[in-house]
Amino acid sequence: MSQIPVLVPAVLLLTALVSLLVGLKGQRAGHAVALAGAVAAFLLSAIGLREVVSTGEALHYAMGGWMPPLGIAFVMDHLAAYMTTLITFLGVVVLIYAPRSFGHEIAGREGFAWPTMVLLVAGLSGMCLTGDIFNLYVFLEISALSAYALLAVGDRAAPVAVFRYLLAGAVAGGFYLIGVAFLYFTAGTLNMADLYARLPELVENQAVVTASVFIVLGLALKMALFPFHFWLPDVYTNAPSAVAGLVAPVMTKVAAYAIIRIFLDVFPPGFFTEVVPVASTIGWMSAAGILYGSILAVAQQDLRRMLAYSSVSQVAYVGIGIGMANPVGLIGGLLHIMNHALMKGCLFLVGGAIRYRTGRTRIADFAGLGRTMPWTMAAFTVGALAMIGIPPTAGFFSKWYLLLGALEAGNGWWFAVIVASSLLTAVYFFRVLERIYREEPPEAADDGPERRATDPPASMLGPILVLAAGVLVAGVMNVVIVRAVLEHVVAPLGS
Amino acid sequence: MSEVVAGYYPYVMVGLLLLIGFHGMAVKRNYMKKIIGLTIFQTAIYLLFIQGAAKSGATIPVRATEFGTAAADYINPLPQVIVLTAIVVGVAITGVALALMLQIHRRYGSLDEEAILKQVGEEA
Repeated sequence: MSQIPVLVPAVLLLTALVSLLVGLKGQRAGHAVALAGAVAAFLLSAIGLREVVSTGEALHYAMGGWMPPLGIAFVMDHLAAYMTTLITFLGVVVLIYAPRSFGHEIAGREGFAWPTMVLLVAGLSGMCLTGDIFNLYVFLEISALSAYALLAVGDRAAPVAVFRYLLAGAVAGGFYLIGVAFLYFTAGTLNMADLYARLPELVENQAVVTASVFIVLGLALKMALFPFHFWLPDVYTNAPSAVAGLVAPVMTKVAAYAIIRIFLDVFPPGFFTEVVPVASTIGWMSAAGILYGSILAVAQQDLRRMLAYSSVSQVAYVGIGIGMANPVGLIGGLLHIMNHALMKGCLFLVGGAIRYRTGRTRIADFAGLGRTMPWTMAAFTVGALAMIGIPPTAGFFSKWYLLLGALEAGNGWWFAVIVASSLLTAVYFFRVLERIYREEPPEAADDGPERRATDPPASMLGPILVLAAGVLVAGVMNVVIVRAVLEHVVAPLGS
Repeated sequence: MSEVVAGYYPYVMVGLLLLIGFHGMAVKRNYMKKIIGLTIFQTAIYLLFIQGAAKSGATIPVRATEFGTAAADYINPLPQVIVLTAIVVGVAITGVALALMLQIHRRYGSLDEEAILKQVGEEA
């Protein structure tokens, strides 16, 4: 049992290597290995989650038998188990979806995509499981590098967009590393639990304050928090659909996770609210991002670009939950990590399915798809309703907790921002839904691809429907998830 | 004033290098120069770790009694290891950046950001 925290990233790293070697023979075999590894990692995460929830104790593993703080610790607590289960689940779903989609969009280049996708999942799950702040940096760069490679294999302009993302990502990683340097030279340790024990005596130290600012700045850039979102829309728009369906749901959320981890388990309680006003700064940046993303999403003509701006807005919901710095608000933010991963994954995969069948990505060309691709569009509708926040979909419950959190924080502006953004979300999704269901396919295109389009093959439709069902299940089960997992995570904040 | 500079000059140098690197990345229009800026930025961070680990009168962390038995007689190896790891990460980032740059040059026949963005805008 205690090996699970390290087994998840280790299995994935090994799978990436084997998948690359096997893939040289034929990309189908490479895909099979990648999928098997992702399934194994998901099962391990799920077993770990079950163990953590049933015992209430975190699983610890000391790398190479070196006890922390000398060695690197891997820790699977409630938060890490929650995150890795989610990440590996999406990894499995997208790997099932990807072969057809890649075959359509980036034919001939899939062979290297399989190991890289596994490496991305490995990096992200490693970030969640490590108990060492420098190790977190290494996993952060593993996930970032594999994401650059995957995202750049998209449309013609993809490398240009990714180049800018790479520069932003390198600066973000650099800022984080500067923060790590200051923390290490002040507190003399890199282990999170050790730092948590030592930092309370050092809260007045300027170096610790500097470290906190650099770390949060770096992670906010990774998280695409307004105004550091500038790299995101072009990257998501030009990416292959399946890659966008994996990167958009989890990547920025894992950066948000890292902020939450640093906030709760590295710096002493109250440090980010009383010593340095980091929490409220994140909150206000998020409030601006929520509105900015929603307003720009309304103006977009391309579905992928609309979803990208919507991501800027939605990841900021997690940020505003952090900003509230009270248990209810943070539960809302944490719940939104999962909910948004499921619904945004579903929507990006639907976008890929439409592209697979019709070759279109502009919303104007979607007329009448509700009749020709009924199941796909039903899933899209579920995802869209969840984004708006209509019960019983998952999106409603995270927003409900966030609204309660805003009330508890006594911040009427944040309350208003969340409500206003829901209305804007309704505007930009109903615009698409109207196209899909109310409008006839254009006359001139009688034999055009819109007429001939049908639901995509099972390997694509299956993952889409699983995610759509996940949105509903997560909504209905929200009380269970909050009770069993998230309340333990926010316990350090008090009640 | 001079005392502050004397006491903090490594930080001043690191800060200066960070700014030069950042300037290269953000302001320079040529993609190659952006990558050079990126490398300078990363190097500044390695130097930050190295200056923090600097210790006079200590030797390499291989225990040998003739050099002394106290921890103060040896250099802390951890920051060096961190820098080595960070250099590996940095090389990987530079490698991917160069690969992207090549791809961009093949597609747009230029390394000038403005010219490329203009082409991208026209095609969209």
